[in-house]
Amino acid sequence: MAFTAAVITFPGSNCDRDLAVAIEQVCGGTVHRVWHGDAALPAGLDFIALPGGFSYGDYLRSGAMAARSPVMRAVIDEAARGVAVLGVCNGFQVLTEAGLLPGALMRNAGIRFVCREVPLRVENNQSLFTARYGAGQRIVIPVAHHDGNFFADEETLDRIEGEGRVAFRYDEPVNGSQRGIAGVLNAGGNVLGMMPHPERMIEAAQGGSDGRALFESVLAGLNVAA
Amino acid sequence: MKVRIHVSLKNGVLDPQGRAIHHALDGMGFAGISDVRAGRLIELEVDHTVTDEALDAMCRNLLANMVIENYRIERVA
Repeated sequence: MAFTAAVITFPGSNCDRDLAVAIEQVCGGTVHRVWHGDAALPAGLDFIALPGGFSYGDYLRSGAMAARSPVMRAVIDEAARGVAVLGVCNGFQVLTEAGLLPGALMRNAGIRFVCREVPLRVENNQSLFTARYGAGQRIVIPVAHHDGNFFADEETLDRIEGEGRVAFRYDEPVNGSQRGIAGVLNAGGNVLGMMPHPERMIEAAQGGSDGRALFESVLAGLNVAA
Repeated sequence: MKVRIHVSLKNGVLDPQGRAIHHALDGMGFAGISDVRAGRLIELEVDHTVTDEALDAMCRNLLANMVIENYRIERVA
């Protein structure tokens, strides 16, 4: 079976094409583009990706409306079946709002929109999404967000840290996130949400390729032909 | 009938917007403010079939994010 992925587009998504191109270039196979209003996903998916952007204009809360759109019912079902799900930036916000990941993404502590390259530490390199990175590896990936300030109560933070579910941590202050958390895994390890944009760092022409190993990890971990 | 949903941040959740508002008020010379918290007011126009349970479900499932926010439902005559 060839690698089969889907990138969801919500009204206001703006990184959906970048994400689809990154998956195509690194993982090969077929990348379906799926509209948020679709109630069903294509059959036989290995990987579902939720892109960055400003779905529904960030109305109510970032990701709140998108998390209740028809396609998310199917995404939640697929995630429960163990399909790999990645949410980048607004996609991360959607995953927390949908209850697939713990915590919430609040307004940046400094109020300002942050748009720059940031250093990250790979905290857990044993996951489906990070196995091609070294333990504690320092990588540089861009962020571009207004609401990336990860919040969860202390008990939840202790639990996700204890379970190795912090995939990436900022290596310098960025947005006020609790414990510098930049990317979080679900309990099953098949859902990852992260504020930084790995799809913007897959080849030298983009200024770096530190995001490439994330997609390589997924491809290798799922053990399907490219 | 009008229903007002008051959504506010839970205690202990840092409120960067409230802090910025506080800072601006201080800068304008308004003294005596010890804290500012920013929330959200949502007004619904509903008919008599909308139960308290339904309003509660609306709040928990969409209007408030229970990880960070509290809500209060006010039925306005």
